[in-house]
Amino acid sequence: MKKCIVSVLMLLMPLVGSASGGAGNLDKVYIDVSDQPSLQRGARTFVNYCLSCHNASFMRYERMATDLGISETLLREEMMFASDKPGDLMVTAMPAAGAKAWFGVVPPDLSLTARSRGADWIYTYLRSFYTDESTTTGWNNALFSNVAMPHVLYQWQGARSATFEGGGVADVSSVRYQSVVPGTMTGREYDAAIRDLTNFMVYLAEPAKLVRYEIGFWVMLFMGVFIVLAYLLKKEYWRDVH
Amino acid sequence: MAEDKTEESQPNRRRQFLTALTSAVGVAGAGAMMVPLVASMSPSARARAAGAPVEVDISELREGRMMVVEWRGKPVWIVRRSEKMLADLTEIRDQLADPDSTVEQQPAYAANDHRSIRPEILVLLGVCTHLGCAPTKKFERGAASGVSADWRGGFFCPCHGSRFDLAGRVFKNVPAPTNLEVPPHSFVTANRILIGLDSEETA
Amino acid sequence: MSKFMTWVDERFPATKVWEEHISKYYAPKNLNFWYFFGSLAMVVMVLQILTGIFLTMHYKPDSSLAFASVEYIMRDVPGGWFIRYLHSVGASMLFIVVYLHMFRGLLYGSHRSPRELIWLLGMLLYVTLMAEAFFGYLLPWGNMSYWGAQVIISLFGAVPGIGPGLSEWIRGDFVVSDATLNRFFAFHVILVPLLLSLLVYLHIVALHKVGGNNPDGIDIKKDKDASGKPLDGIAFHPYYTVKDNLGVAVMMTALLAVVFFVPELGGWFLEKDNFAPADILQTPPEIVPLWYLTPYYSILRAVTFDWLPGGAKLWGVLAMGAAIVVLFFLPWLDRSPVRSIRYRGWMYKTALTLFVITFVMLGYLGTRNPSHVDLGLLKNVTWSQIGLVVYFAFFLLMPIYTRMDRTKPEPDRVTGQ
Repeated sequence: MKKCIVSVLMLLMPLVGSASGGAGNLDKVYIDVSDQPSLQRGARTFVNYCLSCHNASFMRYERMATDLGISETLLREEMMFASDKPGDLMVTAMPAAGAKAWFGVVPPDLSLTARSRGADWIYTYLRSFYTDESTTTGWNNALFSNVAMPHVLYQWQGARSATFEGGGVADVSSVRYQSVVPGTMTGREYDAAIRDLTNFMVYLAEPAKLVRYEIGFWVMLFMGVFIVLAYLLKKEYWRDVH
Repeated sequence: MAEDKTEESQPNRRRQFLTALTSAVGVAGAGAMMVPLVASMSPSARARAAGAPVEVDISELREGRMMVVEWRGKPVWIVRRSEKMLADLTEIRDQLADPDSTVEQQPAYAANDHRSIRPEILVLLGVCTHLGCAPTKKFERGAASGVSADWRGGFFCPCHGSRFDLAGRVFKNVPAPTNLEVPPHSFVTANRILIGLDSEETA
Repeated sequence: MSKFMTWVDERFPATKVWEEHISKYYAPKNLNFWYFFGSLAMVVMVLQILTGIFLTMHYKPDSSLAFASVEYIMRDVPGGWFIRYLHSVGASMLFIVVYLHMFRGLLYGSHRSPRELIWLLGMLLYVTLMAEAFFGYLLPWGNMSYWGAQVIISLFGAVPGIGPGLSEWIRGDFVVSDATLNRFFAFHVILVPLLLSLLVYLHIVALHKVGGNNPDGIDIKKDKDASGKPLDGIAFHPYYTVKDNLGVAVMMTALLAVVFFVPELGGWFLEKDNFAPADILQTPPEIVPLWYLTPYYSILRAVTFDWLPGGAKLWGVLAMGAAIVVLFFLPWLDRSPVRSIRYRGWMYKTALTLFVITFVMLGYLGTRNPSHVDLGLLKNVTWSQIGLVVYFAFFLLMPIYTRMDRTKPEPDRVTGQ
């Protein structure tokens, strides 16, 4: 019953209009932070690939492990590469100066990307890489043109070339991909993996999201009772007023 | 007149009941809302991470020397005591206020004559039990220490002159009321100490 | 207990004040829905002060630490996210409540004689509140915080002569910087809250001196019983305390629903761009203030006429300032013989309807790109220009249409409950 109400409330959320509008050409991703296995898979991808260069400097390993039901042994052995203290922030071992020299920019912190760019953006971005001889990394992105980041997950997705309809301006809405080298995953598997990663990054951007719906449900229930009492009390006193 | 009264008393009881109930629920709600506000003042995840157990490598610590590490923002002394130092501990017993460590200033496993797990390795919180000053080490024997002629080595607090022996036990007739505190600690390996965690807790 | 109260009362007018302002303060018995919002505003203000105190314990007003300290509150501080969301949602809630409270004044003529001072103090509160919101908005040191402050402060640069120097003085630097953040923090947590508290006190003192208005806009003090109690008045306590309690319950439910389920409210309460730290080298694609300031921002951007002497920027700033200043004159612009909309004619009703539509439209357009077409037919900037004309016409033509309007006779006693 409670789950049901919570999910109804969550479904209503997109109805609240967006102030910033947002690009309409992004692929939609289904986010569900209560899907713990998905978050765990996403976390694994995140620490293995993203965290090599990017920071998530507002997040602690310990918090992630506790929230996602990851044991301390698993955390220490398979998810912590740059630190040995679970209480540490998730900071990459890569020095910022080195990163600047290698990529031309310091890779941005990813703690809040899901809130500043949105889940759909991340999901679309990670599925829009294509090979491009003209860039230094050999990769380009249809959503984020000439991005300094190479396609880190290309072994999964494989390499693709891209053509753009009408004029050749790089844009996600007009892109057509052709597979050059097949990856270890099918397109569907890759989309699922990126969905898990995006799901994890939504959690990463706001860990409180895991608890606030549930607490909110009980708070609403309490307030409902209080409103009824406040109404009855008002009615009772106002019988005097003619 | 009598009719009026019965008419009045009925709603009044209901009114009193509703007033009491609504007030109680309202106060409970306001109280519940204050909980996270007040709770926010307790140590944060950052403070707890900084206060996490500290692992120390003592393989480099030579006999008769002391090293200082930080744990929860406080200095922790680790001393590798020599045979002679340990022997002195029993000789000065009658000068001490609490030679048997009866006051709970140490975990159970350190409530012994040498106040440590392994006799030679002393782990102490370097905070004077008087007013929280940092005592200094005075390991030299005799007048050279600047404490007293019959000094057998120990710690001296410059703030108010409290003296402690090489097990952190307080001398008689000094301002400090109790022995120095032994923090919870355990040996991970022979040369690695985990400060802040008893071995029972890890199990 | 009574012995204790006698002891106190001999030394402090506790019982006297309680009776004068609470238990024997007689408010009109016909106050409707629109009369909830004054007490609600006070409740939200107390909530803002309370949550603000706890945020101040963890926040760091330092440009290199501020952004991280907010995330620290959101993640590491126990219950921190709840406090922060209460504060950010509470800010928007306070403006919602205040706007409804002000609209109530326009509906029932609460600004009319003898309540001009209440209106003026209320307007001062409103302007001070906007300052409070503006200073507070810089503190998270997000990219929108930063650029929002940059844009608003540079408006002062339009003041002829002293403008550029004035902007620098406000910032304490050549751009918005650590110095700016530090002083905005001081304003936000000390100066402006003190002012707000003082003004709230004065607002209520003035209200209790003349007594509240009501939906009929008539004086209830004309008809009193033998004991001097107005026939149409009821004691504030318990009748309006229990009624306001219901209002508080409903409002808190709405506020908490947003806090727990949609704290960003789709970007209306917390903007996407503010989850990226301030970046001197990169402006957000659209710099917009939060919704409660956007009607004025629209007016600012509506003035694009470069042929004006002094340039469009100066006139834009003047128009924006005038849009706020003109509100202060409302008690003297309104010449209707009646207060309440219930007894006014079609002219005022039409004017007020148009004004509300315009105000909401200007607010919406303030969040949009001026050169886009979001409302159909015309560009956003053109709609804003139409809005600007309607906005000022509402006030400047008020002396004319309120006098011409055909009013209905007011009743002797309040109607309805």
